[in-house]
Amino acid sequence: MTFYERLMQLDRRWIYLAIAIAVIIPVLLPFKVPVYITPEVRSVYNFVENTQPGEIIFLAIDYDPNAMAELHPMAKSIMRQAFSKNIKLIISALSQNGPGMAEQLISQISKEYNKKNGVDYVYLGYKPYFGIVILAMGQNYRIPFPTDYYGTPLDSLPMMDGVRNYDDVKGIIDIGGGNITEYWINYANGRYKAKVALGVTGVMTADYYPFLQSGQVFGILGGLKGASEYERLTKREGEATEGMSIQTVAHLVVIAFILIGNIGFFMSKKKK
Amino acid sequence: MVTDLTTAIWNTVAVFLTFCIFSFLYKDNPFYKIAEHIVVGVSAGYFAALLLWDGLVPKLWEPVVKQGKWYYLIPGFLGLLMWTRFSKRYSWISRFSIAFYMGIATGVAVPLYVQNYVLRQLISTMLPVHFQNLTGIFNLLIILGVLCSLIYFFFSKEHKGAMGLAARVGIWNLMVGFGAGFGLTVMGRVSLLINRVQFLENYFPSLIRFIR
Repeated sequence: MTFYERLMQLDRRWIYLAIAIAVIIPVLLPFKVPVYITPEVRSVYNFVENTQPGEIIFLAIDYDPNAMAELHPMAKSIMRQAFSKNIKLIISALSQNGPGMAEQLISQISKEYNKKNGVDYVYLGYKPYFGIVILAMGQNYRIPFPTDYYGTPLDSLPMMDGVRNYDDVKGIIDIGGGNITEYWINYANGRYKAKVALGVTGVMTADYYPFLQSGQVFGILGGLKGASEYERLTKREGEATEGMSIQTVAHLVVIAFILIGNIGFFMSKKKK
Repeated sequence: MVTDLTTAIWNTVAVFLTFCIFSFLYKDNPFYKIAEHIVVGVSAGYFAALLLWDGLVPKLWEPVVKQGKWYYLIPGFLGLLMWTRFSKRYSWISRFSIAFYMGIATGVAVPLYVQNYVLRQLISTMLPVHFQNLTGIFNLLIILGVLCSLIYFFFSKEHKGAMGLAARVGIWNLMVGFGAGFGLTVMGRVSLLINRVQFLENYFPSLIRFIR
């Protein structure tokens, strides 16, 4: 068996080990990599930045704990930016395993800025069948959510006074880890012409760029890179920024394996 | 981060489960199976409770019992019919509910999908081509990319000559798309690993601090 043939039959566990080492070493020996801001991320940042104190943004936290790694840093940064500017938030969590996680996040960030439920933000929580919920909220938030997550009627919350539907919020930012994102574009933007921006996982990002180009969404935060760009813009670097240096090393290892694999493939083919 | 006894216990459970899942990378084993079954069980239980308290109770029980809106029983009854799926003899009854749901979903979705996924996307490829700046050139690339990719999926004529060339450009274009998708997928998967490693990195020192 030639060297190239042996290369082609490399046990995949060696690749796992190499990736693990590539991730662990930069965690133990941290370093910084430059993060460049892309226009689609800046657009979301500018949107929040240009929102006036007292105005409302709808933040949809539509992911399960399995997407926390990429999407939690985005949600944290956007919430911090909004609360620091006294912007009010209406928050929903339409992913089935996400409401508890979202509640934990909201209580953590709202405590940091001393924000009160019902006054500075409203957490609507979860209702099944996100497509129908998104459509119904376009008419009135009270149709799918007569009460908030804590069981308080929306009509008794001071922040919801005179707030009926998407017309009463400046825009929607959907942080999504599944196909709920599609429904925000199709129903909230398509049907009700609401301004929509997205924060999506790396896997989903490429699928949603056509909607950016068509103007159906005004900004996209894609995966950990998008989250790190947002952290950089808000000048509060966190786990996403820390993760980018680790990501860089891991990517170099993946690229090396792709090159080795292809060289092995072509050389063993040539020998035959 | 371990700060008290409760977080110490739960974080230790999380660390154990993390290692159980990672152990699959070596080979399948009972620890991995335990962790996998816990994930499935917890998700199913959580969702069932959520459906009961955020769906059935506020959307059916309370309107009927507390507000006297008896007509909510009609969709409730249609929902009940879905359970006939478990019987070979009566499963046909569930088709009434499915037909109702399909009718509404199709009526709502089809016009919007045509508008937002076909027409809006078509409009966004009708771009001005010019050579005054990079935007004009990129617009040309988008138009050529869309046309060539569509030609690749046009099977009524043999891919030869100009048609063959366009189809070839189309497949290259698709490959670039798949490459971008693959790159982003790698980033996503590595991010998950990074998150777990960061969690472990925080866990061990904070546990030692707590024990001391």
